[in-house]
Amino acid sequence: MKYLLLLNTPSPDLTDELPAEAPTEEEFWAFDKAVTDAGVKLDGNALDENATTVRVRVNGERVVTDGPFAETREIVGGYYLIDVPDLDAALDWAARCPGARYGTVEVRPIWEFPQP
Amino acid sequence: MTGPDAAGCVEAVFREGRSRLLALLAARFGDLDLAEEVISEAVEAALRRWPVDGVPDKPLAWLFTTARRKAVDRIRRDRTYAQRLAELRVESDRTVPTHEVDFDDIPDERLRLFFTCCHPALAPEAQIALTLRCLAGLTTHEVARAFLVPTATMAQRLVRAKRKIRAARIPFRVPGPDELASRLPGVLRVVYLVFTQGYAPSSGDDLVRADLADEAVRLARVLHRLLPDEREVTGLLALLLLTDARRAARIDAAGSQVLLEHQDRALWDADLVAEGRRLVVPALTGPGVGPYAVQAAIAALHDEADSFAATDWPQIVALYDVLLRIEPSPLVALNRAVAVAVRDGPDAGLVLLDGLAGDLSDYHLLHAARADLLRRLGRRAEAAAAYTVALDLAGNEAERATFARRLAELTGG
Repeated sequence: MKYLLLLNTPSPDLTDELPAEAPTEEEFWAFDKAVTDAGVKLDGNALDENATTVRVRVNGERVVTDGPFAETREIVGGYYLIDVPDLDAALDWAARCPGARYGTVEVRPIWEFPQP
Repeated sequence: MTGPDAAGCVEAVFREGRSRLLALLAARFGDLDLAEEVISEAVEAALRRWPVDGVPDKPLAWLFTTARRKAVDRIRRDRTYAQRLAELRVESDRTVPTHEVDFDDIPDERLRLFFTCCHPALAPEAQIALTLRCLAGLTTHEVARAFLVPTATMAQRLVRAKRKIRAARIPFRVPGPDELASRLPGVLRVVYLVFTQGYAPSSGDDLVRADLADEAVRLARVLHRLLPDEREVTGLLALLLLTDARRAARIDAAGSQVLLEHQDRALWDADLVAEGRRLVVPALTGPGVGPYAVQAAIAALHDEADSFAATDWPQIVALYDVLLRIEPSPLVALNRAVAVAVRDGPDAGLVLLDGLAGDLSDYHLLHAARADLLRRLGRRAEAAAAYTVALDLAGNEAERATFARRLAELTGG
């Protein structure tokens, strides 16, 4: 079963709510090595914060705006796509991710379409 | 046995064994909906065939085998289940003859179902609803009544919860030894909340919804049977029994609430008290003690006292100190303050209650406790004011009636 782990980091505008210590790059590399060595990781990347949003209106007009679409308290800072037996295993990996201590990690099952 | 008696037998077997059947089939196929549907079909088949063929020697085993076969049939027909079928290797299930399955030889898998229904990935109210539906065997209509919501609303809530179990693949498994300590409290909490909703419903006009309290005790007994060495499970069962023992004395003939102080202790159920006290000992014995064991010990001290005055209040305060240390909460502090008031006098209790006013300003029992102490101190106007606040905040009709009576006494009305 595939799950997407969305690593949400608190928006930089909310610095007053940030925990004192952000996880170090070394901690992220250690997690990346663990999830890779376990044969669980299918993909994973950090995302640059420079978002651009595209929407196509009913009349076909393309609207491009700067920044993420939704004004949220957290922004997606990275993701992992993992393949594990069940939600408990996915939650275990999410909890081990350094991002879970600084922001939150949202665990979303990948929708499985029936084979045609 | 054939004829109408056989139909009665289907119902009796089913009521007894539904949660066991459901747990077995859900664990086997990883799908609660499928399990529920094939169990219904198996019961329909039993209602058709038992009156004609006679009731089988092992009725529950018959239901299990029939339901399992129907599940496999359905999976084979349904393309979306094909993958899962391969994973589960259940194909061989189809060929097992009925008489080889002895239900009593099959392990009780309800513990898995407890951990699935009470999974932290489900909303708290969904956890309680699923537990009542799947493990206590209540109908959706009965669960809806327990929550005081329309049946359609509850049906939706149950459907959503089951959909998440399937879509997110919440496993049907008992957490390993290293996870148990973090997962078990969630299960115990659900059973405890079912009990409190039955014993002191937060709204509605019955002070005790006896059926829910009964269901909670039953669930706690099942858990205790499945996890006999988990001391907090023992502690929870002890707490429920020792509290439930006082049920008959909690309400007077007029349906009003009777506080512990004024209860007729002859009405307490001596058998439940004895059973609860036997369980408290192992729950408390050993390193590290849990919150349910401590609360059970407090309940035991109340239950074994001949009167309110003769209760071991110093020991009760000491146990509340322990409880505050392992599970700090304003509610525990409130109960401790009430115990201190009995031990040291109303003034001492009042000082502690005033310290909690910030945390519990919206909680009717804080104001009721303050009102009671003020009344004892002869500060009638302040007592009346506090009862008025408690009356405004209380949602339970029986509690409201008690506060209104006190208020009337104070204001000479």
